[in-house]
Amino acid sequence: MEVTLKQMRIGDSGVVVGIGSKGPMKRRLMEMGVTPGADLKVVKVAPLGDPIEVTLRGYELSLRKNEAEQIKVKLD
Amino acid sequence: MSMTIALAGNPNSGKTTLFNALTGSRQHVGNWPGVTVEQKKGKYRKDKSIEVIDLPGIYSLSPYTQEEVVARDYIIKEAPSVVINIVDATNFERNLYLTLQLLETKIPTVIALNMMDEVEASGTKIDIPKLEKDLGVKIVPIVARSSQGIQELMETVKDIGGRNLASIPLDVFDGKIKNAIEEIKALGIDDWRAVKLLEGDEILMKTLNEEEKGKVEAIIAKTDAVVGGDCEAAIADARYQTIGKIVSKSVNKKGGAKRVETLSDKIDKVVTNRILAIPIFLLVIYLIFKFTFSEGLPGVWLQTIVVDFWDGTLVPAVIGFLENAGAAGWALSLVGDGILAGIGGVISFLPQILILFLLLSILEDSGYMARVAFVMDRLFRKFGLSGKSFIPLLMGFGCSVPALMASRTLENDKERRLTMMITPFMSCGAKVPIYLMFAAALFPASNQDIIMYSIYMLGIVVAIICGIILSKTMFKGNVSNFIMELPQYRIPTLRSILIHGWEKVKGFAVRAGTIILASTILIWFLANFNFSGMCEMEDSILASIGNAIKFIFTPLGFGDWRAAVGVVTGWIAKENIVATFGVLFGAGDEIVEAAMEGSDVIPGLTDVFTKVSAYSYMAFNLLCMPCFAAVGAIKREMGTWGWTLKTVAFQMIVAYIVALLINTIGNLIF
Repeated sequence: MEVTLKQMRIGDSGVVVGIGSKGPMKRRLMEMGVTPGADLKVVKVAPLGDPIEVTLRGYELSLRKNEAEQIKVKLD
Repeated sequence: MSMTIALAGNPNSGKTTLFNALTGSRQHVGNWPGVTVEQKKGKYRKDKSIEVIDLPGIYSLSPYTQEEVVARDYIIKEAPSVVINIVDATNFERNLYLTLQLLETKIPTVIALNMMDEVEASGTKIDIPKLEKDLGVKIVPIVARSSQGIQELMETVKDIGGRNLASIPLDVFDGKIKNAIEEIKALGIDDWRAVKLLEGDEILMKTLNEEEKGKVEAIIAKTDAVVGGDCEAAIADARYQTIGKIVSKSVNKKGGAKRVETLSDKIDKVVTNRILAIPIFLLVIYLIFKFTFSEGLPGVWLQTIVVDFWDGTLVPAVIGFLENAGAAGWALSLVGDGILAGIGGVISFLPQILILFLLLSILEDSGYMARVAFVMDRLFRKFGLSGKSFIPLLMGFGCSVPALMASRTLENDKERRLTMMITPFMSCGAKVPIYLMFAAALFPASNQDIIMYSIYMLGIVVAIICGIILSKTMFKGNVSNFIMELPQYRIPTLRSILIHGWEKVKGFAVRAGTIILASTILIWFLANFNFSGMCEMEDSILASIGNAIKFIFTPLGFGDWRAAVGVVTGWIAKENIVATFGVLFGAGDEIVEAAMEGSDVIPGLTDVFTKVSAYSYMAFNLLCMPCFAAVGAIKREMGTWGWTLKTVAFQMIVAYIVALLINTIGNLIF
């Protein structure tokens, strides 16, 4: 099932399928390793509800929900 | 053998630790020209003919942030002899993304594989010879924090540099991308630029003429269609695929692909916990401020020692010496009240700044600051800032100078400048005596706490409103992203903390100090002289200036020459306002000291100020241009006089408007 990272719950994991937007955000996400085939797992949400933390390529990445919305993931 | 070495690597890879290990304290910190990015240069301790330059931490060589532009420009244009690419061995894949791009520039490269102690501890096995073969680069394992492997690293660097061994880019791309690259190269463009252009590099695009640009854009469009989307993504993808293969062959993680819970994870369970995160953070900040600013604790203790020595021993000795040598009255005053008082002002808050910086360095180097930004981000987005602005703003409650320097950690240029413009609105420690003085003189004892609290809130509210306004006007289009790594917690090395803290203090002392000294002497002159020579402050040039400009302040409720003079002397150090009033209202030293603590009243003050105009005056001094030391810091961090003047003008206008509102509305109500 394909969802956006924003829709995933804490504990969910999946594989990155692609990134929606074009431009600096996409480039930045790709540099940080968010590319097709990368495994990721949602670890936590910040106390105020945003941003979120995911484990990806062996490290912890935090990003805002509006950034997460651009990332398409195939759930495990 | 003389050479220049550049250190390139991801943030949090231990680059600065390595830089410190290589250069010791032989560092020079400044800014890259024209930008707000910090530049660090030094000389290798064991061989001073080797210059080491610490490039900003970057994730790639695409021109997305100022840091990336600065780093890549340096590598391509300045062509250092060797680039040491620091790779965090506990975080291979993402680190190698930069490595692959460095190899594409063909510059001689050596990889310093850092954090090997953590790798060993985790049971992960790394096959270094295999990696060297797959990457085509010499790899030296190191532990930067304990300086292990440094010797071997430098031997390898000298060897590679001596032989000027160019790097070989890896064969990463598939046929379609390769074709596109060849097509671009046919236009007379070199390898590296061809790849970058295909990635959509805006800066390189601008270097092409119209014809070339058109052709390249056509090639990109064609390739986009052929790769089924977007060549930029295809290129990044290709790199990570190659990285994935290399890493799976050489790195054997214990426990396989499954992620093991680390100590950092456990700490984060508490520190970013839904309920505990903010209280814990408030506690940490409270402890830091207490440690720095409270009686009986290191900050104040150190300060007392330094100030006592300065005022009690050094100044009397110098003055005594000059008196015996027969120096004239004005010379004694110049040296005593001007120069020594000016330097003394700077020296008196150096100890506290040092302590504050050391503590904040610990927070930053340990990785905790990233968590703070993570927790606070949502709140700050509403004011046009991000969570990362929180720390600099918070520091402003202690002193603007280190706060402004702390804004360097913000990645986004616009965000940095915006944060700096509103940082001085956070009421600093030096402004407190002003409030206490007025509170004691004009407000009943029961209201004094409310007055103090309300001034702080005023600063915060004004900062928030200005943040919102600026982010929609001057800094419009600030689409910064939050995307940020949360690094593993690490205990910073003592050496790092000391170097980190000391370098900040040195920066402040030299730059801000010069400005303070110059302005103190200037104001001393204006306050002690008129056109007939030395005189009392009431008859001085400064007093004339005060009289001349007092009309500006009439709508604000304090159109008195003494108030005007106070504002001006406040620009040397905000607490000077109390001392100035002491002189101008004829109060003795003891009364002035007591007034600074709010336990006595300066006579005559209530004749000039009313409750409303006093509050307006406090607000004006809170918001107007900060002390010269802070202005010096603004200049240093903003980079140009243009921005500095814009900032000062902005603050003056805000101060005027707010004071005007307070005075007008206040008089209607009270």
